[in-house]
Amino acid sequence: MYAQMVKTGVDHIQSKEEMSPEERAFQDRVDADIKIEPKEWMPEAYRKTLIRQISQHAHSEIIGMQPEGNWITRAPTLERKAILLAKVQDEAGHGLYLYCAAETLGVSRDELLEQLNSGKAKYSSIFNYPTLTWADIGAIGWLVDGAAIMNQVPLQRCSYGPYSRAMVRICKEESFHQRQGYDIMMKLAKGTPEQKAMAQDALNRWWWPSLMMFGPSDAESVHSAQSMRWKIKINSNDELRQKFVDQTVPQAEYLGLTVPDPDLKWNAERGHYDFGAVNWDEFYQVVAGNGPCNRQRLRTRVKAYEEGRWVREAADAYAAKKAARAQVKAA
Amino acid sequence: MTGQDALFEYLLRLSDNALILGHRLSEWCGHSPALEEDLALSNVALDLIGQTQLWLSLAGEVEGKGRDADKLAYLRDARDFRNVLLVEQPNGDFALTMARQFFFDAWHYLLLRELKGSKDARIAEIAAKGLKEVTYHLERSRDWVLRLGDGTEESHRRMQTAIDDLWMYTGELFESDEVDQAMAREGIGADLAALHEPWLGLVRATAEEATLTLPQPGWAQRGGKRGIHSEHLGYILADLQFLQRAYPNATW
Repeated sequence: MYAQMVKTGVDHIQSKEEMSPEERAFQDRVDADIKIEPKEWMPEAYRKTLIRQISQHAHSEIIGMQPEGNWITRAPTLERKAILLAKVQDEAGHGLYLYCAAETLGVSRDELLEQLNSGKAKYSSIFNYPTLTWADIGAIGWLVDGAAIMNQVPLQRCSYGPYSRAMVRICKEESFHQRQGYDIMMKLAKGTPEQKAMAQDALNRWWWPSLMMFGPSDAESVHSAQSMRWKIKINSNDELRQKFVDQTVPQAEYLGLTVPDPDLKWNAERGHYDFGAVNWDEFYQVVAGNGPCNRQRLRTRVKAYEEGRWVREAADAYAAKKAARAQVKAA
Repeated sequence: MTGQDALFEYLLRLSDNALILGHRLSEWCGHSPALEEDLALSNVALDLIGQTQLWLSLAGEVEGKGRDADKLAYLRDARDFRNVLLVEQPNGDFALTMARQFFFDAWHYLLLRELKGSKDARIAEIAAKGLKEVTYHLERSRDWVLRLGDGTEESHRRMQTAIDDLWMYTGELFESDEVDQAMAREGIGADLAALHEPWLGLVRATAEEATLTLPQPGWAQRGGKRGIHSEHLGYILADLQFLQRAYPNATW
């Protein structure tokens, strides 16, 4: 998931009695699965939390273009190159829909990008890992997009109309991305010994960071409870992580690859896979800015933004001149 | 040189222009001035990669030695590439990329319009499909030349510099050698020299509207069509061909 540990600004869950009449009416609508639309009244904390969540998701799409973009010029065939370029392009498109959804909450894309560039806004921890081989492009599609879909499919039903509609469009494309990732892995796993080793190595490096994408257990988190009450979070992090493991392990087996977890085993009683402990120290370090690529990713983004400033200014200046000329002509 | 050899050579020129320019544009993905441009530049790159696949497949068929589009793209060395020097020039700033694109698109548009009437039905078909795409490419790159030329002082200066820097690479587009002449004679290819005036007309009108000054006609850099490239192409191929070279005979 592309939004991790989103804070709601609340310190406890309000009972209906504690709510103002407006808050109560709002919660009733959410409870009845009626979508909240931009012009309607909403609690300030709901609005702010959604901005954080949607923008974090958007930023993840934009930063996520870098690790995959890293292989566009080196993709091994013309078809793979076209597919990867189209995929990274889709991510730019997802970023765009999501910034638009966030803008309906009264914040501009420029403000959000400033927050990203200044390091104030977060994006998913996963994109701070490097793509070292072509197999990493397969692993990202298979695992990272797979994990994102786990979270995003339920979010199609989230309470905020523009976000839910953005998710519907995004999910369609993400499932295509996941299939192409798996297809890359399949080709490698059935390929030469070097290719198979490349696939296994990618799984080794991306498995645990993918499990971290769901965020630490939030069973006790007041923020998660509040977000679930607002229906902008549908499942707990642990539920989604379990679902992801259950879905992915058979896929790895089908590829003939080994999931790098000695504690992984089927638990017939639970009807789920048991798996080993995630290294949350590493996760917190990456979130705090100490991942292998945090600085590089942010620097690249800021550079593109700063180097593009004169272009954006020129486009604005030209549009203004054109409008002024049209006015003179009309007069 | 037999007719088939000339045709193969001619098809390589068409495909390598698309392949190398598409590659250059793909380098922008994730680094462009706005998300909308990441989308648009990728679209143009994707069109060009698609055209490359069509031209190269046909080239492989004509050659008849069992080389498919990927073999031709990934396993030829720089001396066997036939693109013009213009398309391999580094991206530079956004103005340079757009000036390069505009010069190329204007020529590409005129060329495909001619090739649409090629006597070789396979060429005519690919050209007709490509023309639809390139019509849009030209509209877009022309628009950016206008916006940057007539935008701010800085953008004007950058676009003027880009045009001055690239001008010497435009002459090669209109030079015909024995391959071009043979293809034109047979009604398969286009008369490149005849494209020069319409190209200049379009470029002049655009420059004027964009408040830009075109350099005087001067010495043209040439050689790409014969495989004599700039130093840049080797690095493009080092990226492009890395996996195919490092893991021979693997399928991806």
